[in-house]
Amino acid sequence: MRFDGLYEKPVLFAIAAVAVLSVGTLVTTFIPLFLPSTQPVSPLIRPYTAVEAEGRDIYIREGCNNCHTQTVRPMRTEVARYGDYSKPEESAWDRPFLWGSRRTGPDLARLGGKYPDAWHYRHMANPQAMFDRSNMPAYAWLAKSKLDTALTARKVTILGYGYDGAEVARQLATFRQTVTAPAYPSARVRSQVTPAALQGEITELDAMVAYLQKLGRDLKAAQATVAGSATAEAAETKNPYAGSREAEEEGEKIFKENCRSCHGEKGAGGFGPKLSTTAHKFGSSDGDLFSSVAGGRPGGMPSFLPQLGKDRVWKAVSYIRRLEREGR
Amino acid sequence: MANGARSDSIVRGFALSSVFWLLVGLGIGLWLAAEMIYPALNLAPWLAFGRLRVVHTNGLIFGFTLAGIFACSFYMLEKLTRTPLAFPGLAKAQLWLFNIAIALAALSLFAGLNTSKEYSELEWPLDIVVVALWVMFAANVMGTLVKRREKQMYVSLWFIVGCVVTVAVVYILNNLAVPVSLTKSYSVYAGVNDANVQWWFGHNAVASVFTFPILAMFYYFLPKSTGLPIYSHRLSIIAFWSLIFGYLWTGAHHLMLTPVPEWIQTVALAFSLFLIAPSWASVLNGFYTMNGNWDKMKSNYLVKFFILGITFYGLQTIQGPTQAIRALSGHLHFTEYIPGHVHMGTMGWVTMIISASMYFMMTKITGREIHSVKLANLHFWLILVGQLMSTATLWIAGIVQGAMWKATNPDGSLMYNFLDSVAAMYPFWAVRLVGGLLYFAGIAVFAYNLYMTSRPMPGTESPASKAAKFQAA
Repeated sequence: MRFDGLYEKPVLFAIAAVAVLSVGTLVTTFIPLFLPSTQPVSPLIRPYTAVEAEGRDIYIREGCNNCHTQTVRPMRTEVARYGDYSKPEESAWDRPFLWGSRRTGPDLARLGGKYPDAWHYRHMANPQAMFDRSNMPAYAWLAKSKLDTALTARKVTILGYGYDGAEVARQLATFRQTVTAPAYPSARVRSQVTPAALQGEITELDAMVAYLQKLGRDLKAAQATVAGSATAEAAETKNPYAGSREAEEEGEKIFKENCRSCHGEKGAGGFGPKLSTTAHKFGSSDGDLFSSVAGGRPGGMPSFLPQLGKDRVWKAVSYIRRLEREGR
Repeated sequence: MANGARSDSIVRGFALSSVFWLLVGLGIGLWLAAEMIYPALNLAPWLAFGRLRVVHTNGLIFGFTLAGIFACSFYMLEKLTRTPLAFPGLAKAQLWLFNIAIALAALSLFAGLNTSKEYSELEWPLDIVVVALWVMFAANVMGTLVKRREKQMYVSLWFIVGCVVTVAVVYILNNLAVPVSLTKSYSVYAGVNDANVQWWFGHNAVASVFTFPILAMFYYFLPKSTGLPIYSHRLSIIAFWSLIFGYLWTGAHHLMLTPVPEWIQTVALAFSLFLIAPSWASVLNGFYTMNGNWDKMKSNYLVKFFILGITFYGLQTIQGPTQAIRALSGHLHFTEYIPGHVHMGTMGWVTMIISASMYFMMTKITGREIHSVKLANLHFWLILVGQLMSTATLWIAGIVQGAMWKATNPDGSLMYNFLDSVAAMYPFWAVRLVGGLLYFAGIAVFAYNLYMTSRPMPGTESPASKAAKFQAA
């Protein structure tokens, strides 16, 4: 063999080994670190509050990630079971990531807002009381420990969450007021699981529940906002592209790719109703047309907002207006 | 050869440490297996599943496997270079520091001090100790190789060097963190990047700890205990370089269908499938070595361990790559199938090879016969049956679990809620616990047998005859 010398020179051999193992490392690990597209940051996903960050640290301390994943895969049954699949921007503030690798218990990526706080207090204190076949350990003792906030300000600084020590103190005080107030909606259950001496304090369990309620919440809120604003816009606003020739032409392209198969050539009708008319089935204002295309309608019209986005939906509406003119 | 005896005591020290941590790690594993069936066994915070599981994995990866690797590597280094260790004092310090570090690691994990990154949960002060231990190990490996009296480096030495350099690279890069206090730190990477770096580490730490050095042992101890030369040197070369090249691309196969960029997942999938080739090059090299001498499976108690071990490695390296295929990952990932896969690798391949290697080393070091071949055979059958019971059960459990998660009614709704799938696991977990008990019994027999073989018996052998044996070996 020509390279026999390599097996006689240990230092050279070690250098060669590092070089060989570095190729895959560079391509799959090192380079992605510097591609912004690998870890996008969205203004819609907020960093954790001081209490949520502390709750997350308790989640890590107790090794919850050993049994619970936090990543919903883009598969039909997973989306049905847990909710929308996980997006990269959702973990932008997660150091470390907590996707897990094993589901002895269910995925938690979309847990936030699913149950009231009271449910979590009760479940964490005694899982078997709620699900007799569950094999989750009880974490009742978290309610018996006062949350240690000595390092909180330092933690959020290191994590780069963008707020300072004064804000940390304010958040802690506000949270404490909220969970200890008699008006707190889960007050009754909280007082059942929290020892009397700690009822006026933030417990580790309080922080854990705050963290669990944060999971997936921003994404759900963002999606609701987008959907809500789209509907609201439809109800109030006119087509921003009204009268634009370019928009109509782009709309024609969009129509051919997405709408023609049902609504026919030039909107003459097919499976779906005729569009080259001014009397549309679900209303004929700009807003009505936008709502039909964006959100879909019962009886077979699917929602196109997720795949087209607002802009292109409006352009499609522009083209429908042209079809109306031409059909007259 | 004045240092011969001294290094023997280091080898013996690491071997016995290894077996000690093996018993501890397996004991905790049994407790965990029982906790899955009886949640009431989560008696205290430090005994809760989430904390205990990391003590189990770290105890077996760092306590048992690493100590076994240190023991066998030092032994093989001296034999294959016909040179005593370059720094025997350093090796002795390493032995002490290692056991202190593992004990501290276990205590800190019990206390809930962990970074949550799988297989690298230790907090930053212990990470620094691990790096120090690794530098000590690397100094002896490279130092002894430079000083060696044998011109060519045998294949086992390549794999040891491969282990040294890969662990050094992956461990340091993955564990970069910013400390908050002595017991708390945050990863320097966030979200997707953290996940990608972590599984690049996770997969390759497994490669460099559970594959390279174990292959080194296989390539050395199989020929030594059978007297048969390895079938093909050329195949060994191909196996080594393609393994070390291909391995580092595949970490993201643990992240199939996650928010990690799809191109990284696809590259990981492609290279995972590619890895079948170098893995099976070693498997076939082992099988062909036995060609025409299969009767040794009966006559030589060690051969059984090596051949079954490499067979499990072969099964493992078919399972691993196929699990990377998206459709299979979609069905099996996150289910019991994956612990089944990992457990066959560690209970079958790693433990079989390490225990047989230790039997061989101990008889050479002490110059005595093994305490009892009968017990070694009992050990073999107990861990074989125990392992198969545990792992095959988990595979079936995982397939059932995945199917239940995916089952839908004609109207598209889900057929089972999550708890139905939990309830379906209890019988499987029970069988797995029984398998684990058998396995533990086998390892207890091993520990006893090895201890009896390695017991110092003053006066049975003079240092001179020992040194002569050392030269001859």
